[in-house]
Amino acid sequence: MPNMSMKKVDMPVQEPNVRNCNFKEVALGYTEAMAIEEAQRCLNCKHKPCMQGCPVNVKIPEFIHLVAEGDFEGAYFKIKETNALPAVCGRVCPQENQCEKHCVRAIKGESVGIGRLERFVADWYMKNGKKETVEITPNGHKVAVVGSGPSSLTCAGDLAKLGYDVTVLEAFHTAGGVLMYGIPEFRLPKAIVQKEIDSLKELGVKIETNMVVGKIFSVDELFENGYEAVFIGTGAGLPSFMKIDGENYNGVYSANEFLTRINLMKAYDFPNTDTPITVGKAVAVVGGGNVAMDAARCAKRLGAEHVYIVYRRSEEEMPARLEEVHHAKEEGIEFRLLTNPTRILGNEEGYVTGMEVVSMELGEPDASGRRRPVPKKGSEHVINLDTVVIAIGQTPNPLIKNSTKGLDTQSWGGIITDENGATSRPGVYAGGDAVTGAATVILAMGAGKTAAKAIDEYIQEK
Amino acid sequence: MYRIVKKERLNDQVTLMEVDAPLIARKALPGQFIIFRVKEGGERIPLTIADYDREKGTVTIIFQMVGKSTKELGMLSEGDYILDFVGPLGTASHLEGYKKVAVIGGGLGTAIAYPQAKELNRLGAEVHSIIGFRNKDLIILEDKVKAVSAKTMVMTDDGSNGNKGFVTNALKDLIDSGEKYDLVIAIGPLIMMKMVSELTRPYGIKTIVSMNPVMIDGTGMCGGCRVTVGGETKFACVDGPDFDGHLVDFDLAMRRQQMFKKQEREAECRLLGGANNA
Repeated sequence: MPNMSMKKVDMPVQEPNVRNCNFKEVALGYTEAMAIEEAQRCLNCKHKPCMQGCPVNVKIPEFIHLVAEGDFEGAYFKIKETNALPAVCGRVCPQENQCEKHCVRAIKGESVGIGRLERFVADWYMKNGKKETVEITPNGHKVAVVGSGPSSLTCAGDLAKLGYDVTVLEAFHTAGGVLMYGIPEFRLPKAIVQKEIDSLKELGVKIETNMVVGKIFSVDELFENGYEAVFIGTGAGLPSFMKIDGENYNGVYSANEFLTRINLMKAYDFPNTDTPITVGKAVAVVGGGNVAMDAARCAKRLGAEHVYIVYRRSEEEMPARLEEVHHAKEEGIEFRLLTNPTRILGNEEGYVTGMEVVSMELGEPDASGRRRPVPKKGSEHVINLDTVVIAIGQTPNPLIKNSTKGLDTQSWGGIITDENGATSRPGVYAGGDAVTGAATVILAMGAGKTAAKAIDEYIQEK
Repeated sequence: MYRIVKKERLNDQVTLMEVDAPLIARKALPGQFIIFRVKEGGERIPLTIADYDREKGTVTIIFQMVGKSTKELGMLSEGDYILDFVGPLGTASHLEGYKKVAVIGGGLGTAIAYPQAKELNRLGAEVHSIIGFRNKDLIILEDKVKAVSAKTMVMTDDGSNGNKGFVTNALKDLIDSGEKYDLVIAIGPLIMMKMVSELTRPYGIKTIVSMNPVMIDGTGMCGGCRVTVGGETKFACVDGPDFDGHLVDFDLAMRRQQMFKKQEREAECRLLGGANNA
């Protein structure tokens, strides 16, 4: 008999006023008993609606059934059949818009906590599981994967399982892409990302860091070096600025710089690490997406007394996940909605002192279908600040586009591909944010998976 | 890991290292830079490539031990390894098609000006080099610069080498004596590059400067290296490091350079076992 509770089993979390002073993980994960209790809420529907919402086709009812029976290792291998990074997905996927959205239990009450269960299973395995042994027969074909974020890692893992000799080329000194430099420790511990990467290495995937493709090698040179196909998963790494006065004052960061200093370079541990960051007493983060929430919550943890989210539309239009907004509010982030920056103010030494903003009201819907924010005349006012973080979006880095002849791109820089990830260049595939512009980890993983299949077909047909 | 194959002290503060990095040496061009990280937890620091040897597979860097990371680098010996060494980054200098060029190096900037002078000389330009230092003990690369220059002036702020004055004084003298330059390249402290650019502006001589701001990734991702050029924001790491000296907002660049000075001093104090051990 299933557990008919209308609500998910609660996930233990660190108290808001404790966690906003540390970088440890916010959500603490289910115990075995909690996981079994939650798994019993699954009705094991025959038509598996949840799976339609999963970009990597995790066999959801099957793994949950195994959890309910207490076979956590079996559940792990069930997930791993289609998902290379379960511990990551269980933490950062927007399940509410994917698997959980289609859950029958969500019609009356809350959906099954699919994400929480996936996380539990992955964490349980990392702690208790036997070393995975996967039988791989090398097929002698070489594939290069450029970038090492979620789409690249998924593509590399799937190809390695098929027997390919896969080399991942990463520009930074550490693999993981946005999982390492972007998403903060308190949402996705870096040790967990590292473990997922290590498990790819065990599949035979080679990872070479400090390799800026487009500089040290062009894509054409990769083919000359014997790679038969190239996957480009270089993400959306080029920060957008607002192009307003004062943006180059000291204390104005792109979200990329701010988060990279903190997450990749571990500036929160300065001076035990060498890369500094300063936030001062008051910080404004401009933007309303997940990146903005991450930056704001980092700023709070670095000791800022006031951290504002400055967003030009209302909360309803915010692109950030509901859970992130909720966590941010609990931690004391102050939301200045319907507010748009007009200029950044600074002192004679060139440091930020404040930001002039204007109040907005919502007008007619714009091209995105959201109501267009319009400035209210005469409503300009100043917020006193020490730091401003610009989190209004990123576009793909042009390094590869500029160094690869015949690679078609969108006007805004995204690489153009067909539905299988094939670009305008034979043998060159792409996926993730490099194609779509900034999106989610799981969509990037789905694209990496699709491209791996297409690359396999391409090479086998040659 | 990248092995240090040669280390040479050029003066008390400035060190030259040849680093085994064949893939970078294969592609490096004058004006480009690398980013190094000495150890786990270390900072990523950009350094302009001072020279490269494609056959030996080495890249030469010349650096001044000014902060924690460059001091740690300077403590390594021949045969030691640098943890990370990435490049070649940035856009190479455009040096083709010039007849007579004044190449100006200020202090450590001489290490970056030298490969430019060398390349211009190779391309057939008449190179006049002006290099300036605070005093004669700090002079570096004098012989190397002379070997690729038709004319070389070595200036010291205090006159201790018998040639007192700033590089701008020497450049002005040369211009006023009738030398017709179709390009001036100035590499050194921001204030020096600003003064050179101000000097050449009324003469209408094209002036290229090399910017070396704080950055993290060096590939256009962080935007920390932004400079204002002709009223537009540019990223030194991908749009530069070379820019038109007449368009660069040097005052802004000098303010941005101060951004982490306090923290840098703190990190250095710890390295030196200073009082700030908290």
